[in-house]
Amino acid sequence: MKLAYWMYAGPAHIGTLRVASSFKNVHAIMHAPLGDDYFNVMRSMLERERDFTPVTASIVDRHVLARGSQEKVVENITRKDKEEQPDLIVLTPTCTSSILQEDLQNFVDRASRESESDVILADVNHYRVNELQAADRTLEQIIRFYLEKAKKKNELPESKTEKPSANILGMFTLGFHNQHDCRELKRLLNDLGITINEIIPEGGNVTNLKNLPAAWFNIVPYREVGLMSAIYLEKEHQMPYVATTPMGVVETAKFIREIASILNSLTSVNSALGLTKNVNFDDYIDQQTRFVSQAAWFSRSIDCQNLTGKKAVVFGDATHAACMTKILTREIGLHVACAGTYCKHDADWFREQVLGFCDQVLITDDHTQVGDMISRLEPAAIFGTQMERHVGKRLDIPCGVISAPVHIQNFPLSYRPFLGYEGTNQIADLVYNSFTLGMEDHLLEIFGGHDTKEVITKSLSTESDFDWSPDGLAELKKIPGFVRGKVKRNTEKYARQKGIRTINVEVMYAAKEAAGA
Amino acid sequence: MSSALNEALVFECETGNYHTFCPISCVSWLYQKIEDSFFLVIGTKTCGYFLQNALGVMIFAEPRYAMAELEESDISAQLNDYKELKRLCLQIKQDRNPSVIVWIGTCTTEIIKMDLEGMAPRLEEEINIPIVVARANGLDYAFTQGEDTVLAAMAQRCPESVNKKKEPSNLTDQSNHPPLVLFGSLPSTVVTQLTLELKNQGIQVSGWLPSQRYTELPTLGEGVYVCGVHPFLSRTATTLMRRRKCKLIGAPFPIGPDGTRAWIEKICSVFGKTPKGLEERESKIWAGLEDYLKLVRGKSVFFMGDNLLEISLARFLIRCGMVVYEVGIPYMDKRFQAAELLLLQKTCKQMNVPMPRIVEKPDNYYQIQRIREFQPSLVITGMAHCNPLEARGIDTKWSVEFTFAQIHGFTNAREILDLVTRPLRRNDNLKALGWSKLVKN
Repeated sequence: MKLAYWMYAGPAHIGTLRVASSFKNVHAIMHAPLGDDYFNVMRSMLERERDFTPVTASIVDRHVLARGSQEKVVENITRKDKEEQPDLIVLTPTCTSSILQEDLQNFVDRASRESESDVILADVNHYRVNELQAADRTLEQIIRFYLEKAKKKNELPESKTEKPSANILGMFTLGFHNQHDCRELKRLLNDLGITINEIIPEGGNVTNLKNLPAAWFNIVPYREVGLMSAIYLEKEHQMPYVATTPMGVVETAKFIREIASILNSLTSVNSALGLTKNVNFDDYIDQQTRFVSQAAWFSRSIDCQNLTGKKAVVFGDATHAACMTKILTREIGLHVACAGTYCKHDADWFREQVLGFCDQVLITDDHTQVGDMISRLEPAAIFGTQMERHVGKRLDIPCGVISAPVHIQNFPLSYRPFLGYEGTNQIADLVYNSFTLGMEDHLLEIFGGHDTKEVITKSLSTESDFDWSPDGLAELKKIPGFVRGKVKRNTEKYARQKGIRTINVEVMYAAKEAAGA
Repeated sequence: MSSALNEALVFECETGNYHTFCPISCVSWLYQKIEDSFFLVIGTKTCGYFLQNALGVMIFAEPRYAMAELEESDISAQLNDYKELKRLCLQIKQDRNPSVIVWIGTCTTEIIKMDLEGMAPRLEEEINIPIVVARANGLDYAFTQGEDTVLAAMAQRCPESVNKKKEPSNLTDQSNHPPLVLFGSLPSTVVTQLTLELKNQGIQVSGWLPSQRYTELPTLGEGVYVCGVHPFLSRTATTLMRRRKCKLIGAPFPIGPDGTRAWIEKICSVFGKTPKGLEERESKIWAGLEDYLKLVRGKSVFFMGDNLLEISLARFLIRCGMVVYEVGIPYMDKRFQAAELLLLQKTCKQMNVPMPRIVEKPDNYYQIQRIREFQPSLVITGMAHCNPLEARGIDTKWSVEFTFAQIHGFTNAREILDLVTRPLRRNDNLKALGWSKLVKN
């Protein structure tokens, strides 16, 4: 047992549900007790989703505990098949159902005989993998299922697309700025003359998965989700992949060069594809770096000079924390005192990535350790998750949010990619704004706060007029601070009208009723 | 219950495929209510994830609750439950020193049959802090019923009234009636308001379950009268009657001015008092609500059902002049809610509207089909459905707000209507813009 207040990555089924509900016309059925469908609330609220989240529960209750699910799961699957006619139904085990040890695969086999939809059982172990690992695995499982199916039916595409094309793997619902990143990547690839074959899973159709091998190569923008699928596609369908995250000026350039080298290697082995000369994106990179992205210029400007050597702490998922560490050190000239990630399963990769870019590495999923580290190092700014933002609030250190877990304000309506050249601009703003705020705060402290006199004349000075009885005062204290003044004023106004001298609890509530608020 | 009532009330039961909060959510308001408590939820990452997301920013204020997160070795019994819990509880004792630790049993502890009730007394003795066990799990209960399980367990811990004579000794506080204990967790301001309402009728409230602090739990025993303030407290009521030999006053719940008046009147009648000035008080409150009543009159409501407040709220809204199409409810205790159901029926007759259908364990999918058909003016539902319904041009109110807002007593009637009318007021503003349907086809 572990005493825990907060966690960075959610339970496994959340990952499965995120992948399943990102596809179009895929329905997930959770084998779960009442109340475990909280995922629907998160998706509906955080993403402000207009459609009903295609997730329902096959409820595990006392009867199921006593007699087993029996027909219930199969009935729920076939019912959903008739109601919504999805292409695929994913039966999702939860922590509860996994200890019941029912033969869910058997239910799936039976249900798939009776329903039009395909039915699969998400293959994740609740006690061994977290949300991100489960998402990675489920995505691979679904892709594998449809490619094997297509292979059996001889429906796999016979050749590559005419023009160079790519699949983007791992964009999905509730991902940190994923939708914006996706748009930015599309733009980037378009600039390079590469068409997009499929984007999976966000907005994709499972019926199109058989077309995946038609692309020349795969792109995995985030390390956490999509890598397993890319590796599978490489092994089974000989598709190369790019797993460099195009975040920051240097990494974006590296990403583009990797694409170039893949394209060149492909054309050299297969000139039948029609490309005669090698592609070279160096001019494009140069143009974008120096003039489209403002980040290169920003780091040269004197504003940014003031940031030189300032201490920062970075924490987040492996992808974002590693990229951010490199950007801060290499591109902005900050001093990263500590870089860390909660992706413990990917610790080696992370260490290797940030080697030489920070003083020390912290691999933990315990937020108190991160908090202690921050308070010990006293950085000038933090780049982390929502949890680090709150640590920063407590310690009076500004924080830029760079990674999930996140709140609703990290699902902005406006265009805010972290990837590609526009992403570099966004990151530069984020970094700069964190620090200027910090600086302003610091100066204010030195000069003794804002130069404003407290407005005392406007407030009703009624202290001499009324007696507050002890119970009235006690009651007043219970009212939250931000409305207490208003309540006090209204009550005294009421008391004045009624000619009451002493204010007790009853007068307070009489006043509230009279005011009608 | 009269046979006439049975004829008029139609109860249906669907499949139970509906969305609600897990009952462990009760820790969020109970830890704030009982100031010297610590709530330990013994469950998995799933439970923890729900709590941290559902309770939003509260998590950052160093709450007095935590997860005892079960790991694979706990499930497979490689570790000893008792030793593990002892280790965690000692840590809690050292860090927080609470007056009580409440263990919340979850689905997982049920399935692996962890004997919490058996372990608690042993551990309690060893670490010298009371341990209360409540099985607030999703296998058996929905949302607010979590509070019911906690209060039922706490009722066992209330001190026994020493004096077992017919006439209780506390005549010193000038009350000429047997002791009255109210049960149900309410913010302290609302506690004060309801206590005052009864005081105005010459009725002394001798205690509340739960109290502000665990160490101040009320005295219970034979001859003590108890009355509930929430419709979801049926287990607590049963425990108070059967185990603590208290007398239950079955009344409608003090939600809305009509409910509050009926609640006070019922308590008065039990104690043989004639209610004073209640009628004027109620009509004055109604008069004060007129601006909101204008907005709701003639409008229709559909309760999808998730927190068991539905019957009382429906009754109040019908009295406000609304038409209720359907009252979905997770669980319907017809005995505990008998007086409330009777008032609902009376209200329907008085307002000359048909009785709503009461659907226990609703099926959200079927309900959405019915909502499409009825096109109600307002759907009161969980957050999973709100945005999708709004996008389809249907006004919604998020039901959970009713459990967190102050809705009890005369004083707070306005609060309920404020919540109910908010979507109507907002969408009235937007209607003229012509984009109420925001989904394709």
